[in-house]
Amino acid sequence: MSPLERLARLDRRWIFLMMGILVLIPLLWPLKMEIRPTASSRTFHRAIAAIPDGATVLMSCDYDPGSIPEMVPMTRTAMRQLWEKNCKVVVTVLWPGGPGLVDKVIEDVAVADFPGKRYGVDWVNLGYKPGNEAVMVLMGQGILTAFPNDYRGNLTRSLPIMQRARTYADFPLLISISAGYPGTKEWVQQVQARFHLPMVAGVTAVSAPEFFPYVQSGQLVGLLGGMAGAAEYEKLRNESGDASRGMDAQSLAHVFVALCIVLGNLVPRRRAGS
Amino acid sequence: MKREVPLFLTAVIGVFMILSFFVPHQVVSVPGQFLQLTAVIVVSCGYVLGGANVLRVNLDAIAKQQPGWIYKLVLVLSLLATVAIGAIEGSGFLDPGRRSRWIYDTLYSPMSATMFALLAFFIASAAFRAFRVRTVEAWWLAAAALIVMIGRVPIGDALTGFLPPALHLSSIQEWIMNVPQNAAKRAILMGAALGVMATGLRVILGIERSYLSGED
Repeated sequence: MSPLERLARLDRRWIFLMMGILVLIPLLWPLKMEIRPTASSRTFHRAIAAIPDGATVLMSCDYDPGSIPEMVPMTRTAMRQLWEKNCKVVVTVLWPGGPGLVDKVIEDVAVADFPGKRYGVDWVNLGYKPGNEAVMVLMGQGILTAFPNDYRGNLTRSLPIMQRARTYADFPLLISISAGYPGTKEWVQQVQARFHLPMVAGVTAVSAPEFFPYVQSGQLVGLLGGMAGAAEYEKLRNESGDASRGMDAQSLAHVFVALCIVLGNLVPRRRAGS
Repeated sequence: MKREVPLFLTAVIGVFMILSFFVPHQVVSVPGQFLQLTAVIVVSCGYVLGGANVLRVNLDAIAKQQPGWIYKLVLVLSLLATVAIGAIEGSGFLDPGRRSRWIYDTLYSPMSATMFALLAFFIASAAFRAFRVRTVEAWWLAAAALIVMIGRVPIGDALTGFLPPALHLSSIQEWIMNVPQNAAKRAILMGAALGVMATGLRVILGIERSYLSGED
Protein backbone atom coordinates (compact mmCIF):
# COMPACT_ATOMS: atom_id res chain seq x y z
CA MET A 1 0.00 0.00 0.00
CA SER A 2 1.42 3.40 -1.04
CA PRO A 3 1.72 6.23 1.55
CA LEU A 4 -1.13 8.11 -0.18
CA GLU A 5 -3.39 5.07 -0.01
CA ARG A 6 -2.52 4.70 3.66
CA LEU A 7 -3.33 8.40 4.13
CA ALA A 8 -6.74 7.85 2.50
CA ARG A 9 -7.58 5.37 5.27
CA LEU A 10 -6.39 7.73 8.01
CA ASP A 11 -8.53 7.60 11.15
CA ARG A 12 -9.94 11.07 11.69
CA ARG A 13 -8.93 10.95 15.34
CA TRP A 14 -5.33 11.49 14.17
CA ILE A 15 -6.51 14.74 12.55
CA PHE A 16 -8.20 15.78 15.81
CA LEU A 17 -5.03 14.98 17.77
CA MET A 18 -2.83 16.92 15.35
CA MET A 19 -5.14 19.92 15.50
CA GLY A 20 -5.12 19.79 19.31
CA ILE A 21 -1.32 19.71 19.43
CA LEU A 22 -0.95 22.55 16.91
CA VAL A 23 -3.31 24.74 18.93
CA LEU A 24 -1.79 23.84 22.29
CA ILE A 25 1.95 24.21 21.56
CA PRO A 26 1.94 27.90 20.54
CA LEU A 27 -0.29 28.73 23.50
CA LEU A 28 2.35 27.22 25.81
CA TRP A 29 5.39 28.44 23.87
CA PRO A 30 4.42 31.53 21.81
CA LEU A 31 6.09 31.93 18.42
CA LYS A 32 5.60 35.73 18.56
CA MET A 33 4.93 36.19 14.86
CA GLU A 34 4.61 39.76 13.59
CA ILE A 35 1.04 41.06 13.36
CA ARG A 36 0.37 43.58 10.56
CA PRO A 37 -2.78 45.72 11.02
CA THR A 38 -5.05 46.00 7.99
CA ALA A 39 -6.64 49.24 6.76
CA SER A 40 -10.06 48.45 8.24
CA SER A 41 -8.54 47.77 11.69
CA ARG A 42 -6.66 51.07 11.51
CA THR A 43 -9.85 52.97 10.69
CA PHE A 44 -11.65 51.23 13.57
CA HIS A 45 -8.92 52.41 15.95
CA ARG A 46 -8.89 55.92 14.45
CA ALA A 47 -12.70 56.26 14.68
CA ILE A 48 -12.64 55.65 18.43
CA ALA A 49 -9.58 57.89 18.84
CA ALA A 50 -11.49 60.70 17.10
CA ILE A 51 -14.39 60.68 19.60
CA PRO A 52 -14.35 63.81 21.80
CA ASP A 53 -12.97 63.09 25.26
CA GLY A 54 -15.71 62.45 27.81
CA ALA A 55 -18.39 61.68 25.18
CA THR A 56 -21.05 59.01 25.75
CA VAL A 57 -20.75 56.09 23.35
CA LEU A 58 -23.22 53.31 22.49
CA MET A 59 -21.72 49.84 22.37
CA SER A 60 -23.75 46.80 21.40
CA CYS A 61 -22.17 43.50 22.38
CA ASP A 62 -24.27 40.95 20.51
CA TYR A 63 -22.65 37.62 21.28
CA ASP A 64 -22.68 34.76 23.75
CA PRO A 65 -20.04 32.44 25.24
CA GLY A 66 -19.62 30.55 21.95
CA SER A 67 -17.72 33.52 20.52
CA ILE A 68 -15.53 34.43 23.52
CA PRO A 69 -12.12 34.06 21.78
CA GLU A 70 -13.05 36.48 19.00
CA MET A 71 -15.44 38.93 20.64
CA VAL A 72 -14.15 39.37 24.20
CA PRO A 73 -10.66 40.67 23.26
CA MET A 74 -12.30 43.29 20.99
CA THR A 75 -14.66 44.33 23.78
CA ARG A 76 -11.84 44.61 26.33
CA THR A 77 -9.56 46.65 24.06
CA ALA A 78 -12.39 48.97 22.97
CA MET A 79 -13.38 49.56 26.60
CA ARG A 80 -9.77 50.39 27.50
CA GLN A 81 -9.49 52.85 24.61
CA LEU A 82 -12.82 54.48 25.48
CA TRP A 83 -12.06 54.78 29.19
CA GLU A 84 -8.61 56.20 28.50
CA LYS A 85 -10.51 59.00 26.76
CA ASN A 86 -12.80 59.21 29.79
CA CYS A 87 -15.80 58.28 27.62
CA LYS A 88 -19.02 56.94 29.15
CA VAL A 89 -20.27 53.68 27.66
CA VAL A 90 -23.89 52.56 27.28
CA VAL A 91 -23.91 48.81 26.56
CA THR A 92 -26.74 46.77 25.04
CA VAL A 93 -26.78 43.01 24.44
CA LEU A 94 -29.39 41.68 22.01
CA TRP A 95 -28.42 38.02 22.50
CA PRO A 96 -30.17 36.26 25.39
CA GLY A 97 -27.04 34.35 26.42
CA GLY A 98 -24.77 37.40 26.43
CA PRO A 99 -25.58 39.93 29.17
CA GLY A 100 -23.95 37.98 32.03
CA LEU A 101 -20.78 37.46 30.03
CA VAL A 102 -20.53 41.06 28.81
CA ASP A 103 -21.22 42.40 32.31
CA LYS A 104 -18.36 40.31 33.72
CA VAL A 105 -15.94 41.24 30.91
CA ILE A 106 -16.49 44.98 31.38
CA GLU A 107 -16.48 44.74 35.17
CA ASP A 108 -13.13 42.88 34.95
CA VAL A 109 -11.65 45.66 32.78
CA ALA A 110 -12.87 48.25 35.28
CA VAL A 111 -11.44 46.39 38.28
CA ALA A 112 -8.10 45.54 36.65
CA ASP A 113 -7.26 48.72 34.73
CA PHE A 114 -9.69 51.49 35.71
CA PRO A 115 -10.54 51.12 39.41
CA GLY A 116 -12.09 54.59 39.47
CA LYS A 117 -14.78 53.74 36.92
CA ARG A 118 -18.19 53.28 38.49
CA TYR A 119 -21.27 51.43 37.25
CA GLY A 120 -24.11 53.79 36.42
CA VAL A 121 -21.72 56.74 36.06
CA ASP A 122 -19.05 55.58 33.61
CA TRP A 123 -20.88 52.63 32.11
CA VAL A 124 -24.19 50.86 32.15
CA ASN A 125 -25.31 47.46 30.91
CA LEU A 126 -28.86 47.82 29.60
CA GLY A 127 -28.97 44.06 29.11
CA TYR A 128 -31.15 41.95 26.87
CA LYS A 129 -34.50 42.79 25.40
CA PRO A 130 -36.29 40.45 22.96
CA GLY A 131 -37.42 41.84 19.63
CA ASN A 132 -34.18 42.13 17.64
CA GLU A 133 -34.64 44.89 15.02
CA ALA A 134 -37.78 46.19 16.81
CA VAL A 135 -35.62 47.00 19.85
CA MET A 136 -33.10 48.87 17.71
CA VAL A 137 -35.82 51.00 16.14
CA LEU A 138 -37.55 51.49 19.49
CA MET A 139 -34.30 52.84 20.94
CA GLY A 140 -34.51 55.52 18.26
CA GLN A 141 -37.73 56.76 19.91
CA GLY A 142 -35.95 56.89 23.26
CA ILE A 143 -33.38 54.72 25.03
CA LEU A 144 -35.37 54.93 28.30
CA THR A 145 -38.53 53.81 26.50
CA ALA A 146 -36.81 50.71 25.19
CA PHE A 147 -34.94 49.99 28.43
CA PRO A 148 -36.82 51.28 31.52
CA ASN A 149 -34.57 49.04 33.65
CA ASP A 150 -30.94 48.03 33.20
CA TYR A 151 -29.48 44.52 33.44
CA ARG A 152 -28.96 44.88 37.19
CA GLY A 153 -32.55 45.95 37.79
CA ASN A 154 -31.91 49.69 38.33
CA LEU A 155 -34.29 52.27 36.93
CA THR A 156 -32.34 53.61 33.96
CA ARG A 157 -33.74 57.11 34.36
CA SER A 158 -32.14 57.25 37.84
CA LEU A 159 -28.62 56.53 36.55
CA PRO A 160 -26.29 59.56 36.05
CA ILE A 161 -24.91 58.19 32.76
CA MET A 162 -28.42 58.07 31.24
CA GLN A 163 -29.05 61.77 31.86
CA ARG A 164 -27.20 62.53 28.64
CA ALA A 165 -27.99 59.37 26.71
CA ARG A 166 -31.65 59.65 25.69
CA THR A 167 -31.63 59.11 21.91
CA TYR A 168 -29.23 58.03 19.17
CA ALA A 169 -28.46 61.71 18.53
CA ASP A 170 -26.65 61.81 21.90
CA PHE A 171 -23.99 59.33 20.74
CA PRO A 172 -21.06 60.30 18.49
CA LEU A 173 -20.39 56.65 17.62
CA LEU A 174 -21.99 53.21 17.72
CA ILE A 175 -19.62 50.29 18.31
CA SER A 176 -21.15 46.96 17.33
CA ILE A 177 -19.34 43.82 18.48
CA SER A 178 -21.38 41.05 16.94
CA ALA A 179 -21.25 37.31 16.35
CA GLY A 180 -24.33 36.99 14.12
CA TYR A 181 -28.05 37.75 14.13
CA PRO A 182 -29.13 40.17 15.46
CA GLY A 183 -25.94 42.14 15.12
CA THR A 184 -23.89 44.46 12.95
CA LYS A 185 -25.95 43.96 9.78
CA GLU A 186 -29.18 44.87 11.57
CA TRP A 187 -27.56 47.85 13.32
CA VAL A 188 -26.41 49.14 9.91
CA GLN A 189 -29.81 48.62 8.30
CA GLN A 190 -32.02 49.82 11.15
CA VAL A 191 -29.91 52.45 12.91
CA GLN A 192 -26.98 53.66 10.83
CA ALA A 193 -29.05 54.07 7.67
CA ARG A 194 -32.05 55.54 9.48
CA PHE A 195 -30.54 57.70 12.22
CA HIS A 196 -27.19 58.42 10.47
CA LEU A 197 -25.18 57.34 13.50
CA PRO A 198 -21.48 56.80 12.65
CA MET A 199 -20.64 53.18 13.25
CA VAL A 200 -17.70 50.77 13.60
CA ALA A 201 -17.95 47.00 14.02
CA GLY A 202 -16.08 43.98 15.28
CA VAL A 203 -17.38 40.71 13.85
CA THR A 204 -16.47 37.02 13.69
CA ALA A 205 -13.99 35.96 11.01
CA VAL A 206 -16.55 33.78 9.29
CA SER A 207 -19.00 36.67 8.87
CA ALA A 208 -16.46 39.42 8.09
CA PRO A 209 -16.72 39.17 4.25
CA GLU A 210 -20.39 40.09 4.53
CA PHE A 211 -19.49 43.52 5.91
CA PHE A 212 -16.87 44.65 3.40
CA PRO A 213 -19.52 46.31 1.18
CA TYR A 214 -20.63 48.38 4.19
CA VAL A 215 -17.03 49.45 4.80
CA GLN A 216 -16.58 50.46 1.19
CA SER A 217 -19.85 52.42 1.20
CA GLY A 218 -18.74 54.27 4.36
CA GLN A 219 -21.65 52.94 6.44
CA LEU A 220 -19.07 51.20 8.61
CA VAL A 221 -16.15 53.48 9.41
CA GLY A 222 -13.98 50.59 10.61
CA LEU A 223 -14.12 46.81 10.83
CA LEU A 224 -12.37 44.18 12.93
CA GLY A 225 -12.64 40.67 11.49
CA GLY A 226 -12.33 37.81 13.96
CA MET A 227 -9.46 37.10 16.30
CA ALA A 228 -7.02 38.42 13.69
CA GLY A 229 -8.85 41.77 13.72
CA ALA A 230 -8.81 41.80 17.52
CA ALA A 231 -5.06 41.08 17.51
CA GLU A 232 -4.46 43.90 15.00
CA TYR A 233 -6.43 46.25 17.25
CA GLU A 234 -4.34 45.20 20.24
CA LYS A 235 -1.18 45.79 18.19
CA LEU A 236 -2.39 49.30 17.27
CA ARG A 237 -2.93 49.97 20.97
CA ASN A 238 0.46 48.45 21.89
CA GLU A 239 -1.28 45.85 24.02
CA SER A 240 -0.59 42.14 24.20
CA GLY A 241 -3.93 40.53 25.02
CA ASP A 242 -5.63 37.20 24.44
CA ALA A 243 -6.10 37.81 20.71
CA SER A 244 -2.39 38.47 20.10
CA ARG A 245 -1.49 35.36 22.08
CA GLY A 246 -4.06 33.32 20.15
CA MET A 247 -2.77 34.33 16.71
CA ASP A 248 0.15 31.87 16.77
CA ALA A 249 -2.25 29.00 17.49
CA GLN A 250 -4.65 30.24 14.82
CA SER A 251 -1.78 30.54 12.32
CA LEU A 252 -0.76 26.91 12.76
CA ALA A 253 -4.39 25.76 12.73
CA HIS A 254 -5.00 27.59 9.43
CA VAL A 255 -1.88 26.04 7.89
CA PHE A 256 -3.02 22.61 9.05
CA VAL A 257 -6.50 23.05 7.54
CA ALA A 258 -4.89 24.22 4.28
CA LEU A 259 -2.66 21.15 4.35
CA CYS A 260 -5.71 18.94 4.94
CA ILE A 261 -7.38 20.42 1.85
CA VAL A 262 -4.30 19.82 -0.30
CA LEU A 263 -3.65 16.29 0.99
CA GLY A 264 -7.36 15.45 0.78
CA ASN A 265 -7.16 16.15 -2.96
CA LEU A 266 -4.00 14.12 -3.46
CA VAL A 267 -5.13 10.89 -1.88
CA PRO A 268 -6.91 8.34 -4.09
CA ARG A 269 -10.68 8.67 -3.82
CA ARG A 270 -12.83 5.76 -2.78
CA ARG A 271 -15.70 4.98 -5.11
CA ALA A 272 -19.21 5.42 -3.78
CA GLY A 273 -20.37 2.30 -1.98
CA SER A 274 -16.87 0.87 -1.53
CA MET B 1 -63.62 37.32 7.72
CA LYS B 2 -61.09 34.78 8.98
CA ARG B 3 -58.77 35.71 6.13
CA GLU B 4 -59.88 39.26 5.31
CA VAL B 5 -59.21 40.75 8.79
CA PRO B 6 -55.59 39.50 9.06
CA LEU B 7 -54.94 40.62 5.47
CA PHE B 8 -56.37 44.07 6.23
CA LEU B 9 -54.34 44.40 9.46
CA THR B 10 -51.15 43.32 7.69
CA ALA B 11 -51.69 45.84 4.89
CA VAL B 12 -52.50 48.76 7.22
CA ILE B 13 -49.68 48.07 9.69
CA GLY B 14 -47.20 47.36 6.88
CA VAL B 15 -47.96 50.66 5.13
CA PHE B 16 -47.85 52.44 8.48
CA MET B 17 -44.41 51.05 9.39
CA ILE B 18 -43.05 52.10 5.98
CA LEU B 19 -44.48 55.58 6.55
CA SER B 20 -42.90 55.80 10.01
CA PHE B 21 -39.49 55.27 8.38
CA PHE B 22 -39.90 58.45 6.32
CA VAL B 23 -42.28 60.65 8.35
CA PRO B 24 -40.99 61.83 11.74
CA HIS B 25 -44.23 63.71 12.62
CA GLN B 26 -45.86 62.56 15.88
CA VAL B 27 -49.06 61.55 14.06
CA VAL B 28 -46.99 58.72 12.64
CA SER B 29 -44.19 58.34 15.22
CA VAL B 30 -46.38 57.89 18.34
CA PRO B 31 -48.49 55.01 16.96
CA GLY B 32 -45.28 53.66 15.36
CA GLN B 33 -43.65 53.55 18.79
CA PHE B 34 -46.73 51.77 20.17
CA LEU B 35 -46.52 49.14 17.42
CA GLN B 36 -42.81 48.58 18.05
CA LEU B 37 -43.44 48.15 21.79
CA THR B 38 -46.21 45.70 20.93
CA ALA B 39 -43.80 43.74 18.75
CA VAL B 40 -41.32 43.48 21.65
CA ILE B 41 -44.08 42.20 23.97
CA VAL B 42 -45.32 39.67 21.39
CA VAL B 43 -41.77 38.34 20.90
CA SER B 44 -41.40 38.03 24.71
CA CYS B 45 -44.57 35.93 24.81
CA GLY B 46 -42.95 33.73 22.18
CA TYR B 47 -40.38 32.66 24.78
CA VAL B 48 -43.15 31.29 27.00
CA LEU B 49 -44.67 29.43 24.06
CA GLY B 50 -41.21 28.16 23.06
CA GLY B 51 -40.53 26.87 26.58
CA ALA B 52 -43.93 25.16 26.73
CA ASN B 53 -43.28 23.57 23.33
CA VAL B 54 -39.86 22.25 24.42
CA LEU B 55 -41.52 20.66 27.48
CA ARG B 56 -44.38 19.18 25.46
CA VAL B 57 -42.16 17.61 22.78
CA ASN B 58 -39.57 16.26 25.19
CA LEU B 59 -41.95 15.00 27.88
CA ASP B 60 -43.81 13.10 25.17
CA ALA B 61 -40.54 11.49 23.99
CA ILE B 62 -39.57 10.62 27.58
CA ALA B 63 -42.97 9.05 28.29
CA LYS B 64 -42.65 6.87 25.16
CA GLN B 65 -38.96 6.12 25.96
CA GLN B 66 -37.91 7.02 22.43
CA PRO B 67 -34.21 6.65 21.46
CA GLY B 68 -32.12 9.23 23.37
CA TRP B 69 -34.88 9.83 25.93
CA ILE B 70 -32.33 10.05 28.74
CA TYR B 71 -30.80 13.17 27.14
CA LYS B 72 -34.23 14.70 26.82
CA LEU B 73 -34.75 14.03 30.51
CA VAL B 74 -31.52 15.90 31.30
CA LEU B 75 -32.74 18.78 29.10
CA VAL B 76 -36.13 18.99 30.82
CA LEU B 77 -34.65 18.76 34.33
CA SER B 78 -32.02 21.42 33.50
CA LEU B 79 -34.69 23.71 32.06
CA LEU B 80 -36.97 23.33 35.09
CA ALA B 81 -34.11 23.71 37.57
CA THR B 82 -32.80 26.87 35.91
CA VAL B 83 -36.24 28.47 35.75
CA ALA B 84 -37.09 27.46 39.33
CA ILE B 85 -33.82 28.74 40.80
CA GLY B 86 -34.16 32.01 38.88
CA ALA B 87 -37.75 32.42 40.07
CA ILE B 88 -36.85 31.71 43.71
CA GLU B 89 -33.93 34.14 43.67
CA GLY B 90 -36.11 36.86 42.17
CA SER B 91 -34.73 40.19 40.98
CA GLY B 92 -30.94 40.34 41.09
CA PHE B 93 -30.81 36.62 40.30
CA LEU B 94 -27.67 37.22 38.24
CA ASP B 95 -25.78 39.10 40.95
CA PRO B 96 -22.37 37.63 41.88
CA GLY B 97 -22.69 34.78 44.36
CA ARG B 98 -26.23 33.79 43.32
CA ARG B 99 -26.96 30.25 42.14
CA SER B 100 -28.28 31.47 38.80
CA ARG B 101 -25.01 33.28 38.24
CA TRP B 102 -23.14 30.10 39.14
CA ILE B 103 -25.18 28.14 36.58
CA TYR B 104 -24.37 30.74 33.94
CA ASP B 105 -20.64 31.04 34.74
CA THR B 106 -19.77 27.41 35.38
CA LEU B 107 -22.24 25.44 33.23
CA TYR B 108 -23.79 27.43 30.41
CA SER B 109 -20.77 29.55 29.50
CA PRO B 110 -18.09 26.79 29.31
CA MET B 111 -20.43 24.31 27.61
CA SER B 112 -21.44 26.86 24.99
CA ALA B 113 -17.79 27.78 24.36
CA THR B 114 -16.82 24.08 24.13
CA MET B 115 -19.45 23.36 21.50
CA PHE B 116 -18.08 26.14 19.31
CA ALA B 117 -14.44 25.13 19.92
CA LEU B 118 -15.17 21.62 18.63
CA LEU B 119 -15.73 23.17 15.20
CA ALA B 120 -11.97 23.54 14.68
CA PHE B 121 -11.53 19.77 14.86
CA PHE B 122 -14.46 18.95 12.61
CA ILE B 123 -13.47 21.60 10.06
CA ALA B 124 -10.00 20.04 9.77
CA SER B 125 -11.51 16.59 9.31
CA ALA B 126 -14.05 17.86 6.78
CA ALA B 127 -11.33 19.74 4.88
CA PHE B 128 -9.45 16.46 4.45
CA ARG B 129 -12.43 14.32 3.51
CA ALA B 130 -14.97 16.54 1.79
CA PHE B 131 -13.21 19.48 0.10
CA ARG B 132 -12.77 17.77 -3.28
CA VAL B 133 -11.67 19.95 -6.17
CA ARG B 134 -13.20 18.58 -9.37
CA THR B 135 -13.59 21.49 -11.79
CA VAL B 136 -11.56 24.52 -12.92
CA GLU B 137 -13.90 26.84 -11.03
CA ALA B 138 -13.40 24.78 -7.89
CA TRP B 139 -9.62 25.13 -8.33
CA TRP B 140 -10.01 28.92 -8.41
CA LEU B 141 -12.16 28.79 -5.31
CA ALA B 142 -9.72 26.51 -3.49
CA ALA B 143 -6.74 28.71 -4.44
CA ALA B 144 -8.52 31.84 -3.15
CA ALA B 145 -9.53 30.04 0.03
CA LEU B 146 -5.97 28.88 0.72
CA ILE B 147 -4.52 32.36 0.09
CA VAL B 148 -7.08 34.06 2.34
CA MET B 149 -6.75 31.39 5.01
CA ILE B 150 -2.96 31.69 5.24
CA GLY B 151 -2.74 35.40 4.40
CA ARG B 152 -5.20 36.39 7.12
CA VAL B 153 -2.88 35.14 9.90
CA PRO B 154 0.68 36.28 10.72
CA ILE B 155 2.29 33.13 9.34
CA GLY B 156 1.32 34.30 5.84
CA ASP B 157 3.72 37.22 6.02
CA ALA B 158 6.30 35.10 7.80
CA LEU B 159 6.30 32.69 4.82
CA THR B 160 6.38 35.40 2.12
CA GLY B 161 8.36 38.09 3.93
CA PHE B 162 11.27 37.81 1.48
CA LEU B 163 9.03 38.91 -1.45
CA PRO B 164 8.13 42.54 -2.36
CA PRO B 165 5.29 43.87 -0.10
CA ALA B 166 2.71 43.67 -2.92
CA LEU B 167 3.33 39.92 -3.17
CA HIS B 168 2.99 39.23 0.55
CA LEU B 169 0.14 36.79 1.19
CA SER B 170 -1.52 39.36 3.49
CA SER B 171 -1.56 41.92 0.64
CA ILE B 172 -2.97 39.41 -1.85
CA GLN B 173 -5.67 38.27 0.60
CA GLU B 174 -6.60 41.90 1.28
CA TRP B 175 -7.01 42.44 -2.48
CA ILE B 176 -9.15 39.30 -2.81
CA MET B 177 -11.38 40.43 0.06
CA ASN B 178 -11.67 44.04 -1.10
CA VAL B 179 -12.13 43.53 -4.84
CA PRO B 180 -13.54 40.22 -6.17
CA GLN B 181 -15.15 39.12 -2.89
CA ASN B 182 -16.61 42.56 -2.29
CA ALA B 183 -18.05 42.81 -5.80
CA ALA B 184 -19.75 39.41 -5.51
CA LYS B 185 -21.01 40.16 -2.00
CA ARG B 186 -22.47 43.50 -3.06
CA ALA B 187 -24.33 41.85 -5.93
CA ILE B 188 -25.77 39.24 -3.55
CA LEU B 189 -26.76 41.95 -1.05
CA MET B 190 -28.53 44.00 -3.70
CA GLY B 191 -30.32 40.93 -5.07
CA ALA B 192 -31.42 39.92 -1.58
CA ALA B 193 -32.61 43.48 -0.79
CA LEU B 194 -34.71 43.58 -3.95
CA GLY B 195 -36.14 40.17 -3.04
CA VAL B 196 -37.04 41.35 0.46
CA MET B 197 -38.74 44.46 -0.96
CA ALA B 198 -40.71 42.41 -3.46
CA THR B 199 -41.78 39.92 -0.77
CA GLY B 200 -42.73 42.79 1.59
CA LEU B 201 -44.88 44.36 -1.11
CA ARG B 202 -46.54 41.02 -1.89
CA VAL B 203 -47.39 40.57 1.81
CA ILE B 204 -48.74 44.12 2.18
CA LEU B 205 -50.83 43.82 -0.99
CA GLY B 206 -52.19 40.46 0.10
CA ILE B 207 -50.67 38.52 -2.82
CA GLU B 208 -48.42 36.46 -0.55
CA ARG B 209 -50.70 34.69 1.96
CA SER B 210 -48.65 31.68 3.05
CA TYR B 211 -48.10 33.22 6.50
CA LEU B 212 -51.84 32.97 7.24
CA SER B 213 -52.26 29.22 7.32
CA GLY B 214 -49.53 27.66 5.25
CA GLU B 215 -51.69 27.91 2.12
CA ASP B 216 -50.89 30.18 -0.78
